[in-house]
Amino acid sequence: MLLILLGVLVFHLIVLILLIVSTASSTWTVATGVHTDLWYNCKSDDQGYHCLNASNEDWIQAVQALMILSVIFCFTSLIAFLYQLFRLVKGGRFYFTSIFQLFASVFVMCAAIIYTVMRPESDKQYGYAYVLAWVAFPLSLISGLVYLVLRKKD
Amino acid sequence: MLRVLALASVVLLGIAPEGSQAISIYTGWERHALVGSDIRLSCSFFSWRFVSDDVSFSWSYRPDGSRESIAIAHYAGGEPYTDNKGPFKDRVEFVGNPKNRDGSILLKNLDLNDNGTFTCDAKNPPDIVGRPSSVRLLVFEQLPIQAGVITGAIIGVVLGLLVLIVVIYYLMRFLVARRVFSLSVSKHGKKKKEGSQQRQGPAPPADPSKVKAAASEKKKLESRKDKK
Repeated sequence: MLLILLGVLVFHLIVLILLIVSTASSTWTVATGVHTDLWYNCKSDDQGYHCLNASNEDWIQAVQALMILSVIFCFTSLIAFLYQLFRLVKGGRFYFTSIFQLFASVFVMCAAIIYTVMRPESDKQYGYAYVLAWVAFPLSLISGLVYLVLRKKD
Repeated sequence: MLRVLALASVVLLGIAPEGSQAISIYTGWERHALVGSDIRLSCSFFSWRFVSDDVSFSWSYRPDGSRESIAIAHYAGGEPYTDNKGPFKDRVEFVGNPKNRDGSILLKNLDLNDNGTFTCDAKNPPDIVGRPSSVRLLVFEQLPIQAGVITGAIIGVVLGLLVLIVVIYYLMRFLVARRVFSLSVSKHGKKKKEGSQQRQGPAPPADPSKVKAAASEKKKLESRKDKK
């Protein structure tokens, strides 16, 4: 039982780290010497490394908001898990943890979809932060469902 | 008494020593407007003297990218004068109240060519030494969205809904628990009354135990809900 709980906790932490890296790193779109979105458009040429604020369009702001919300909900779900670990009655289910984690998963999915659809056509490629967001979506979904099924046995 | 004090302070301000303070002129820093709209550019000043009859306001305009400015509005001797030859011909109107130290102008039907810096210079003789103040005008076809407004709005709304749902959930739990408690107490209260009417002996000692039973029922209810 302890092993299962530890494994679930480590999984949750991995999801949280993926979400934080994807949100904070400004590399959703990359090209040679350029990386842009969500927060900065940075360019490195022979004059050095310059960054401008990312464009203020409404869809980018929506993606920013949804990613931040997903990080908040994943973190809150971690706190709820630790709380319910010690206060739950034997045989109870981790409902709060599961709900928050599922919300985080939904928000990451919405953010990734909005970014994919609204990105202007260009020859630039998707960066690692974008890939991490898409990876974090099924992982957080699985994590949320695991909490739904998990029962406290101690 | 208060009137005498107010009058004395005004008189003292009026005879402030010459040359100790300059006139301070205030305008905005930057103004944004849409093409085709009107905008009011405000200008006011602070002076240690009374507003004299010779107070004057002078507005000049310097287009973006140009180094020369041109006068567009002037108020002097109690009369406003506005542009009748230049870029703002018939488009500028003096709407300030000079007696109130307000020298604002109204620009009508803005155009993309009206981007530039507007400078206001106010003089309140004999207080004429002051630095003119400038306001920058930016004309847009569409007002751009500021950074972070939509982000903050979405985050705020979602977190607000979350807090609301949590509060409502705990409120419902509290109300339901209280109703169950009061129902059980009233039931035991009725039984106690019937018991006392039939025989008046063992009614009091039965009471605290029944109250305790109701309290433990309420606790059981709360712990059952705690399982979630």
